[in-house]
Amino acid sequence: MLELRELVVAYGAVRALDGVSLTAAKGGITAVLGANGAGKTTLLRAVSGLVRPRSGEVLLDGRDIGRLPAEEITRLGVAHVPESGGVIIELTVEENLRLGGLWRRENAALRRQISEIYDLFPPLRVRQGRVAATLSGGERQMLALGRALVSRPRLLLMDEPSLGLAPRVAAQIMAVLRRQRDEQGLTVVLVEQNARSALSVADHAVVLSLGSVAAEIAQGEAIDDRLRHAYLGF
Amino acid sequence: MVEFVNLTLSGITSGMVYAAVALALVLIWRATRIVNFAQGGMLMLTTFLAWSVIDRGGSYWVALAVALIAGLALGAIVERIVIRPVENKPPLNAVIVTLGLLVVLQAVAGMIWGGQPRSYPPAFTIQGFKLGETGLLLSPFDLFVIGAVAVVMVALILLFRRTDLGLKLRASAFAPEVARLLGVRVGRMLTLGWALAAVVGSLAGVLIAPSVFVGPNQFDAVLVFGFTAAVIGGLDSPVGAVVGGLVLGCALSYVTGYISSDIVTLGALAALITVLMVRPNGLFATSAGRRV
Amino acid sequence: MNLQTTNPQPKNARAHAPLDRGWAGVVLRMLRRHTLLRHTLLAVVAVVALAYLTGAVSPYRDLQIAHMAYIVCAAAGLTVLTGLGGQISLGHGAFMAIGAYTTALVLNHWAWPLAAVLLAAVTVTAVAGFIVGVAAARLHGPYLAGATLALAVGLPGLVSYEPVTGLLGGQNGLSVSPSPPPLALGETFPLERWQAWISCLCAVIVMWLLANLTHSRLGRSLPATRDDEIAAALSGIRVARVRIITSVVAAACAGLGGGLLAVVTTLAAPGAFPLTLSLQLVAAVVLGGLGSLAGAVWGSVVLVLVPNWASDPDASAHLPHNVASNLPALIFGTVLIVVTLLFPRGMQGGFRWVGRQVKRRLTERTG
Repeated sequence: MLELRELVVAYGAVRALDGVSLTAAKGGITAVLGANGAGKTTLLRAVSGLVRPRSGEVLLDGRDIGRLPAEEITRLGVAHVPESGGVIIELTVEENLRLGGLWRRENAALRRQISEIYDLFPPLRVRQGRVAATLSGGERQMLALGRALVSRPRLLLMDEPSLGLAPRVAAQIMAVLRRQRDEQGLTVVLVEQNARSALSVADHAVVLSLGSVAAEIAQGEAIDDRLRHAYLGF
Repeated sequence: MVEFVNLTLSGITSGMVYAAVALALVLIWRATRIVNFAQGGMLMLTTFLAWSVIDRGGSYWVALAVALIAGLALGAIVERIVIRPVENKPPLNAVIVTLGLLVVLQAVAGMIWGGQPRSYPPAFTIQGFKLGETGLLLSPFDLFVIGAVAVVMVALILLFRRTDLGLKLRASAFAPEVARLLGVRVGRMLTLGWALAAVVGSLAGVLIAPSVFVGPNQFDAVLVFGFTAAVIGGLDSPVGAVVGGLVLGCALSYVTGYISSDIVTLGALAALITVLMVRPNGLFATSAGRRV
Repeated sequence: MNLQTTNPQPKNARAHAPLDRGWAGVVLRMLRRHTLLRHTLLAVVAVVALAYLTGAVSPYRDLQIAHMAYIVCAAAGLTVLTGLGGQISLGHGAFMAIGAYTTALVLNHWAWPLAAVLLAAVTVTAVAGFIVGVAAARLHGPYLAGATLALAVGLPGLVSYEPVTGLLGGQNGLSVSPSPPPLALGETFPLERWQAWISCLCAVIVMWLLANLTHSRLGRSLPATRDDEIAAALSGIRVARVRIITSVVAAACAGLGGGLLAVVTTLAAPGAFPLTLSLQLVAAVVLGGLGSLAGAVWGSVVLVLVPNWASDPDASAHLPHNVASNLPALIFGTVLIVVTLLFPRGMQGGFRWVGRQVKRRLTERTG
């Protein structure tokens, strides 16, 4: 589904990603773990087109999308939920959701999708006419995820969804991801600092350190203590 | 008392025009965080085009349509060619580029039409209505001005609030990066935003032309008034722009009526400074920073 | 953006690095270390050069030099305000107007010596700058730009205001009759050269003062207030105070420029201070290179020469009047846009680049 080959992204002289290669299998959840500054967010931004790779390839179903602008990558079915959600606080909950699927230009389907999202996250239905600024952190994260799902993406990029959330809400989000994978065959790349919660849903994990892949973990694999201490912090 | 009513009436009429200019500035400010100091030059150019149509025997309405369409095109062209490169650069760059554009537009107009101000006909008579014996400073043309600006404002509100295009425009203005992640072609939205703003500006130009005349530098004060109105309203708020325009229009009308028309611009400056001293971000400003 | 004021002197000193030995080296090292000394030496060199230059050219060119010199005064002040302090002023022409009218009023009513008259103009404008500075200290970005724009558009209208028309002469303005050149210079000494001398001397003094100011504690804190107000405040800079002082300095310089304008053109009239003048001053500052005092000089030179070239009968004889008279503005506007988009460092930035290339070649050859 998604394959990165020797991806290099640099801000000036600083290489945020230094030759990263990884594969996210179709219908699976790939967790990208690592400390602050390891390059996790940059990796997602490179995939969704917000930063240009300096070299290397970003392959989506075998097609190199590394040079496409973000809005075109979205239209290929890639949804990116940025850190802390990126909810547009001036717009209402309904408008935020609508915006997520506008590019498909299918009005009836969009309305159906939105109502499904309300079923998935009932608190959003209650607040549908309110501006997003009035939502709590957990509700914003639900809205952000819901907005991404409205477009029925093939690939979902999630940046730190559990950051700053109550454990119960974070677990709810993770459960939705798992369900989307199982029922819709959604492919997810999940960036997390909270390794424990990410590993609870992931099929496969990659540990980044200083812009390179430091380790890969298959599902169910016992995690080496050294790896755990060095990168995962639990 | 009659004088006060009359000054208020004429203040509302000119206030609506200032509101339109202010709205043009606010639309652009919201979308690109740029104050378009070239707005005065842009509306001057489109008004000159309309004047040419009338000068060649065209009707008022054809001329108005020409001005609005020319505004649409001019706004889009300006955004694409000179504004795009300074978006996301230090604000001073954008200020200087729009000022440069103002100078260029004025020079071009001067080259084509000369520096002599030309008269511009009103759509309807400017003979005021009469209430018994007393004449009112409100004419059919004034009503047309108020109505035209009001129609445009309602149309804009409907566009922004009720349509998907409006939703995309607002998203691009509030959070361009997130909008791109949601598949919105933000670049096109910015171009469209500038074009819409220029249309509103062009309308204001044609409406104010009968009273200020058409000349390369005739609209400098209109720009200042529009900017003042926008700032009074908070630069970020379309509703604020309208309220600011009306407040300023009345204030300036009183200055003209009770003091002297020569210091009207200074009156605007005084109003601007007073408002900014009390609220440095305008009357309708929401909290200073955006939290995402 | 390079924030230092430049002086060709230390640049050359570095370019000829091998000369650092011997007596020349001692002098150069001393100049490099003592800013005040360096600026003073430069000022003296400039005065001598200008005295020679004004003597060598025609009275018409002398008048042009006088024009450039008063524009330099205003533009240099604006450089400090906008380029270093980051506060844009679109109303600098208004301060020039205040200076010009003060000069005209004082000269016509009391016939003081010229130096005292100009000092009065500087003082009055400085007070105006203080008032505007206090009002504007809380404003930034577009708000400041708009407020100063309103000032530039609004102030000239004041002369038509009934209660003061008598005093200020309405639209026709006030004529100024400055004293002729002193007899000691000879009876045939051209008036234009005398005017050029006065203007140039003032410009050199302004440049000397501003160059030292920008190297002072206050001057070095300016870019900090421009780049990050909060960080500047946290590191102990009193931002509002710095801004007000800058506003006063910039206004005073513009007032001197305006006073000189009145003396050189023998007129103080609203027509001399349109919005375009304010915008042209901004153009000069941007064109020369924002934040560079030397850039203000280059910008002013171009500002005076371009309209002159465009209205030159030989160059524009075949152009219709409307085109010819608007050509300078068209060129300015275009230049403003192009420079901002393509060469944000202006002419001084270009000169520096050339200088660095030359220096590199030299060191490659010698080393």
